[in-house]
Amino acid sequence: MTFLERYETLLGKLPGDSALRAAASDAFRSAGLPGATRGRPSEAWKYTSLRSLAETRFRSGEPKHEAETILARLPLLDVPRLVFVDGEFSDRLSVHIANDGDGTAKSAEAPLSSPGSLKIARFADQPDFGTLTWPDREPMVALNTMLAEDGVSLHIPANHDCGTIQLISVATTDADLHPRHTIRLDAGAKLTLIEMSAGEGVYFLNTVAEIHVADGAHLTHIRLQDESLTAFHISTTYAEVAATATYDSFTLNIGARLCRTEVHATLAGEHATAHLNAVQLLMGAQHADFTSVVGHLAPHGTSRQTVKNVLSGRSRGVFQGRIEVARAAQKTDGYQMNQALLLSPDAEIDSKPELEIFADDVKCSHGATVGELDAEQIFYLRSRGVPDAEARSILVRAFLSEALDAVTDEAVRGSLERAVESWWQRNKA
Amino acid sequence: MAVETETLETVQALTQSGYKWGFETNVEMEFAPKGLNEDIIRLISARKQEPAWMLDWRLKAFAAWQKMEEPQWARVEHPPIDYQDLHYYAAPKKKAGPKSLDEVDPELLAMYEKLGIPLKERAILAGVDPDAAEGGSRQIAVDAVFDSVSVATTFKETLSKAGVIFCPISEAIREYPDLVKQYLGTVVPVGDNFFAALNSAVFTDGSFVYIPKGVRCPMELSTYFRINARNTGQFERTLIIAEEGSYVSYLEGCTAPQRDENQLHAAVVELVTMDDAQIKYSTVQNWYPGDEHGKGGIYNFVTKRGACRGARSKISWTQVETGSAITWKYPSCVLLGEDSVGEFYSVAVTNNHQQADTGTKMIHVGRGSRSTIVSKGISAGHSNNTYRGLVRMAPTAKNARNFTQCDSLLIGDRCGAHTVPYIESRNLTAKVEHEATTSKIAEDQLFYCRQRGLSEEDAVGLIVNGFCKDVLKELPMEFAVEAQKLLAVSLEGSVG
Repeated sequence: MTFLERYETLLGKLPGDSALRAAASDAFRSAGLPGATRGRPSEAWKYTSLRSLAETRFRSGEPKHEAETILARLPLLDVPRLVFVDGEFSDRLSVHIANDGDGTAKSAEAPLSSPGSLKIARFADQPDFGTLTWPDREPMVALNTMLAEDGVSLHIPANHDCGTIQLISVATTDADLHPRHTIRLDAGAKLTLIEMSAGEGVYFLNTVAEIHVADGAHLTHIRLQDESLTAFHISTTYAEVAATATYDSFTLNIGARLCRTEVHATLAGEHATAHLNAVQLLMGAQHADFTSVVGHLAPHGTSRQTVKNVLSGRSRGVFQGRIEVARAAQKTDGYQMNQALLLSPDAEIDSKPELEIFADDVKCSHGATVGELDAEQIFYLRSRGVPDAEARSILVRAFLSEALDAVTDEAVRGSLERAVESWWQRNKA
Repeated sequence: MAVETETLETVQALTQSGYKWGFETNVEMEFAPKGLNEDIIRLISARKQEPAWMLDWRLKAFAAWQKMEEPQWARVEHPPIDYQDLHYYAAPKKKAGPKSLDEVDPELLAMYEKLGIPLKERAILAGVDPDAAEGGSRQIAVDAVFDSVSVATTFKETLSKAGVIFCPISEAIREYPDLVKQYLGTVVPVGDNFFAALNSAVFTDGSFVYIPKGVRCPMELSTYFRINARNTGQFERTLIIAEEGSYVSYLEGCTAPQRDENQLHAAVVELVTMDDAQIKYSTVQNWYPGDEHGKGGIYNFVTKRGACRGARSKISWTQVETGSAITWKYPSCVLLGEDSVGEFYSVAVTNNHQQADTGTKMIHVGRGSRSTIVSKGISAGHSNNTYRGLVRMAPTAKNARNFTQCDSLLIGDRCGAHTVPYIESRNLTAKVEHEATTSKIAEDQLFYCRQRGLSEEDAVGLIVNGFCKDVLKELPMEFAVEAQKLLAVSLEGSVG
């Protein structure tokens, strides 16, 4: 069954605004999957074709794998977690936020509720399509809008520190999943959101998240994508950052046959800050695309971006990053760095760092480097008796550890380091 | 004379207003009817007395063009172009024989004077014996293109002694058909892109240069392009071949008369270098940019590409782009030869409502190939200036290197500066480094200059010249001087 056919069969059964879904289905019908339609692909999808996705048929069915086993493989933290199994919220596997709302205590028995003034809701119960996304411009957002069934809506009230919450997706069967999340931080609120995804089989996770960070609020958004190596993972995030607020994100992509992480961050208020850092570790025939658009709309905004790719096997890494500075956004400070390390003669990197600037009093720059490990550095280590393979491994680890420095929370960084370590072991095998 | 010392003159030039080179020469024109079809192409080919293979080649290009659509990806906006509303052939009625300068219309010589062609060259055009010219000074050969027909070619004799062929391409098609056939369209194929296909179908003239094995071209070759008649699109075609171990420096400069109707210019330049050969191609582009309200100006849609076919061969592009309402131009290098070298040095200035989308492509195929890209974009007024570039490392490009530096300078808050680099690497031993910055003229720099008595406009001229120094120093001297003045004139009225 194609996505559109499935939409037809689900007509009337899906939660939320059906007119919006109908419009999205029209948009998806006319756009099609990027790279799978005739003609030249759009510029935004220049380096990533979804032809292989279009050729794969998904069906929802009985779970084929144990969700617990998959969950156990993730470097989870000892904090509340909201778990979705095959796109549906799992009360059983979630560890809820306690009623005191400080985010540190937990209770496995509590139902999904809204403790204190923190508001949590399932998309299935209270569908919220948000206001920032553009189904008419982004075919994958259109697809999600058309088929979204569940997801989470988190609303952190003003001046409330919600600590750390994990949002986890587990796939156990060969289905296509379209989670829809909304995260809202009111003025002065604080949250560390850790998103992790993993699974078994040939599935397709197509997440859309909308994030609002109000004046002075601070959201740290950490993502670990460790999907099955036969899976498709596409994630589109829209974040709006208000005055003096911070959206600090870090994405680690390790798994999936084909992965695309797309982030649109808009600095809408003065003195807003956005960090969009990412690391992609690829091997075999993996393809991972990190695409970002940082929109500076207001004066005195700061954006920082460091994206690193480590590519072995026949893998292909893609980075597309654009900094847009509107006329009004004077005194913007934007920086973007993209580095790729090629470990194999068959790996490929495509990088497109873009600046689009309409204000004159700005400081914007980007840099990109592509290459293999520095022969001089290898020589240095070898001259001190370190075997070649080990010397290389030391240098790659150094390259990665530098990237992980962007994650300041030690527990979180430790968790990501464990994920990197598991990639390393897998790559050696 | 160092380039920097020209600043004083630059400052003086700032006081002039308007487009200094805007005038129209009244030479009677002969037009082909408006419109584009096979008959027009047959007419062009017949007028040029071309062999049958050339006509077939043009028709093939025309067939390809008809199937193509105008590219939309560049960051430029313009009203749709009616390709059927243009003249594709215009020739001065008084047919000037390229063999004798006496036949040159005196109006043309007056035009060169207004263009500010160096005295030396004017003397050449006036028929002064080149060997009698002041000893030791560099000689320049000029192949002047007046609209579509080359009217005068100088220095032919000196060049032919060295074995160098430098002539209008229409003549080359007749005189050296085998050479032209062997190379024409091999770097930019007829169906390469919309504008290249159009050019291939209707090009009327351009330059042909052939440097034989081991020859260092005894002088710099120069062509002044000029659009003259109303509604005649200009479709120049240039082909330069540098055989093994040879060297040539080629200068191209253009100014255009002031007028209101937009004019289309779609040139194609092809360069080929064999083992150890070197081509240095320099451009100062100063087509009419339109008035301060964005009315008029030239549409400059150019395809320039060089193929470094031989080992250790080198192609270097240097351009100073100050003119045209719209510039769409990506001088590129296909680095096929082992250890071949590609360079691109560019200054692009946009003011008022100008739009420039320019950059380069460095396609690395050969082992050890190297490329350098230095691009300086300056936007003022309501203009938009985009650097768009590609660096591609093919799997065969072992140990290839690229370094790219793109800097943008914004003057005023109504303009835009954009950087769109594409980096594609499929070889782990290849190294690519890219840096880009965007900034404005720093207050402290301005203050420093003002404090020493320079006016704000002069200070800006000085700072901009400093910003562009890395590129200007790559230009041959004659051009460097002209380029500095152009920069300042182009930015006139952008401050204060």
